[in-house]
Amino acid sequence: MRIGVVTFPGSLDDRDAARAVRECGGEAVPLWHGDADLKGVDAVILPGGFSYGDYLRCGAIARFAPVMDALVPAARGGLPVLGICNGFQVLTESHLLPGALIRNDHRKFNCVDQRLVVENTSTDWTSDFEAGQEITIVLKNGEGGFVADEKTLDTLEGEGRVVFRYVPDAQGRNPNGSYRHIAGITNERGNVVGLMPHPEHAVEEGYGPSLDGRGFFTSIIKQTLESAATA
Amino acid sequence: MSDTQTAPLLDTVEHAAATPDVEQPWAELGLKVDEYANIREIIGRRPTIAELAMYSVMWSEHCSYKSSKIHFSLWGENTTDEMREKLLVGIGENAGVVDIGDGWAVTFKVESHNHPSYVEPYQGAATGVGGIIRDIMSMGARPIAVMDPLRFGNLHHPDTQRVLPGVVAGVGGYGNCIGLPNIGGEVVFDDCYQGNPLVNALCVGAMRIEDIHLAKASGPGNKVILFGAKTGGDGIGGVSVLASETFDEGGPAKRPAVQVGDPFAEKVLIECCLDLYAAGVVDGIQDLGGAGLSCATSELASNGDGGMQVELSLVPLRDASLQPQEILMSESQERMMAVVEPKHLDEFMAITDKWDVEATVIGEVTDGDHLVITWHGEVIVDVPPRSVAHEGPTYNRPLARPAYLDGLNAAGTAELAKPQTGEEIRAQLLTLVGSPNLCDKSWITDQYDRYVLGNTALAQPDDSGVVRVDEATGRGVAVSTDCNGRFAKLDPYAGAQLALAEAYRNVATAGAAPLAVTDCLNFGSPEDPGVMWQFREAIRGIAEGCRFLGIPVTGGNVSFYNQTGDVAIHPTPVIGVLGVMDDVSKRSGSGFRSDDAHVYLLGTTRDELDGSEWAHVIHKHLGGLPPKVDLAAEQALGRVLVEAARAGIVEAAHDLSEGGLAIALAEACMRHGVGVTVDGLDAIGADAEGNSLDAFTALFSESSARALVAVPAGHAAEFEAMLGDVPHARIGATGGRDLDVVGHFSVSVAELKSAHEFTLPAVFGS
Repeated sequence: MRIGVVTFPGSLDDRDAARAVRECGGEAVPLWHGDADLKGVDAVILPGGFSYGDYLRCGAIARFAPVMDALVPAARGGLPVLGICNGFQVLTESHLLPGALIRNDHRKFNCVDQRLVVENTSTDWTSDFEAGQEITIVLKNGEGGFVADEKTLDTLEGEGRVVFRYVPDAQGRNPNGSYRHIAGITNERGNVVGLMPHPEHAVEEGYGPSLDGRGFFTSIIKQTLESAATA
Repeated sequence: MSDTQTAPLLDTVEHAAATPDVEQPWAELGLKVDEYANIREIIGRRPTIAELAMYSVMWSEHCSYKSSKIHFSLWGENTTDEMREKLLVGIGENAGVVDIGDGWAVTFKVESHNHPSYVEPYQGAATGVGGIIRDIMSMGARPIAVMDPLRFGNLHHPDTQRVLPGVVAGVGGYGNCIGLPNIGGEVVFDDCYQGNPLVNALCVGAMRIEDIHLAKASGPGNKVILFGAKTGGDGIGGVSVLASETFDEGGPAKRPAVQVGDPFAEKVLIECCLDLYAAGVVDGIQDLGGAGLSCATSELASNGDGGMQVELSLVPLRDASLQPQEILMSESQERMMAVVEPKHLDEFMAITDKWDVEATVIGEVTDGDHLVITWHGEVIVDVPPRSVAHEGPTYNRPLARPAYLDGLNAAGTAELAKPQTGEEIRAQLLTLVGSPNLCDKSWITDQYDRYVLGNTALAQPDDSGVVRVDEATGRGVAVSTDCNGRFAKLDPYAGAQLALAEAYRNVATAGAAPLAVTDCLNFGSPEDPGVMWQFREAIRGIAEGCRFLGIPVTGGNVSFYNQTGDVAIHPTPVIGVLGVMDDVSKRSGSGFRSDDAHVYLLGTTRDELDGSEWAHVIHKHLGGLPPKVDLAAEQALGRVLVEAARAGIVEAAHDLSEGGLAIALAEACMRHGVGVTVDGLDAIGADAEGNSLDAFTALFSESSARALVAVPAGHAAEFEAMLGDVPHARIGATGGRDLDVVGHFSVSVAELKSAHEFTLPAVFGS
């Protein structure tokens, strides 16, 4: 079970994503932004951080990295890809997922233990959860407001491609102004998933708010083992 | 400045020797007449403009510690051999290094960036974080966490609303983007900081002991490499005097004094440096911070065994119009300097290329004893490096105990009106819990990433920040910074020891054994004998306190001139204590977690309300004497807290400080929404005759060496057996949704939280 973790200049949670893969029983394979080589991995994680400093629109430069030349066609061909935070931003910039992430509506960076509802358990990365399950994982970003036009939002909801929603607070607000409380989405095929919160920071007892993040990694590991068995 | 009318002329050493009588702007550069004369004597002629710039900035208070270093002998005199054993690198290097066991070394240091943060809050704070991170990197360590002790003026003053959001965004903007968890610090409001906010930044780094690197240039023929960001015109500050002289037309007349940070560049620099260290291609390393290339070249050469030659025109520039003396002064961020053996040069360059970091050989180590800097081949600096870096002036400034102290110490809290009924106590508790210094700080701390790197076991609002160092064993460190400036104002010796005691206690409540100390000494003007006396008393307090506790000071920083007109800030010696844990997953949090745990108050409570948060908030009063310092009691308390955490029987442990027992109880309840019933208040502070303190005093006194501990009922006997002669009282049990002080008052945790969380969003928006 080999899961690649891409490091762009300015990636920050890459070592954490690799640790989470190992904690959950997989092998983490470092992938370098400058190499258009996926090293034959079974799945890829685009980690959190500030790729290239994100002084331009978040993810806008990372999208043009050589590794993306290999990753985009592979993802279109069914390779499981998880984009976390900055990785989600890179996926929307690469048009592997629709919509965009904009500055939080309160205009501040925000680091909190965030409650989410898992709505879609048929993706490669969420099959170990139960539909409607509430999880608490870390959310930390400055530009996490998910936006898209009404038609796209309707399509995402109509096709069940909203994978995670924020549990709104007592005033009905979510932590960054995301439309329809959307925290994470998937593509039509269910192999590419992007979300703003960080499952890799909720996999070890004593570090992070819960162990709820493990489900992402156990899902993909089981998924890949099953597809290997049937191949 | 006599020759502003002449065309720009390169002031070479040769030219300087031939024109001894040229009038030089030494006063504008902040040098005293005897300092200038001293420079002329050292080099045997008038300095060139470049040399003058170098000496002026390296002999400034900030770089040379000229007013403070005469008192630093107190550190050495109070460091025993036993304390030295834990020190791998002590005071004087970029940061101190201590041995935490299993072959791991940890380096940590706190520094100030006060003045730039007042002028330009965002960049001032951001580059403060960036600067301390580079200090830690230059020891060979991977930075693993940051903390920020911050002090602002009145929360409701309009200028606080300019300074605070900018500082917080700057700390967060830099730290978040560079990927270091911010695990704690302080936020304090007091009118005395209105014109002088304090922005201190602490960084912790870890490495294997064999990987420690030092800032020295040795080995003639070894290459001197400047790498990282290009050099620009930012942060030139005082040297703008020279800029305006040489750029009388066509160029920028005035250079910005505050540096601009680029955290992305520094993140890449961290990874690049760690690759360079791992490859073993770095012989000496130094970060570029205050005084830029002047500092890096002179310190590296001064610490080495030879000289150094540098060709300044090779320095990559962001602004081609920079003059050589400006290049020497520039404080452009995200730059490092390495000394590399020629045989390792290709490998060094391959690694910097991989990270797209620009690296340029700008000179080499020589077998001479001078630092020689050329500009297109012409010599513009030729000086003994020690005279620049280490042999600056030393002042023994006059010091005198301020005359106001007698009156201040006599005006204690005895006459202040105290609440008489349970309802009045309840009302004052709600006021205090929402007061600026005690209110919920998550509006600030939620702007910082506390999780990145995946090793954070504890962060604000718990008593200390705790991070794992060794993933295999869980070995790690706890760090806390503390200082109550009001106590230091009343008595700087005791106040400094109380700051040390509080940080020591906060590390112990987390379950870590205190090991080492760093300090950031924020004071007013050293030219005021009263301030200088405060400074001397504070250093003496810290040094003697550390000796008693057996934990060495490993390094730190002095910030003077924190005053507006004649009015200085409270003396604010911020103390950072670092402790070690074998396994950080056993750390104790500060909040009650479950019902029916026994709640103990450890330590002795006295009638000590002078300088307290209660007096400050309810009566706007400061006077009297600070609480008694009892370091033996701190040690005994610390031993119990560490032993109990190791045994895994602590449900919660929380130190008592500002606001006393009442606030500690409220905070422990609010952390996880679990209440407490306190029925043992009458036992607190009982004397030999059985007279105990009244409920108000028991709840709000700020006696030191105390902690609140919750222990599951099943472990109570085991815990009590550990207590030895530490005074203790079982004061209640956890459970319910109220803070219920039986016979006096009850308040719901929800009401406490509502008062606690209202304050900052009401001022700064949600």
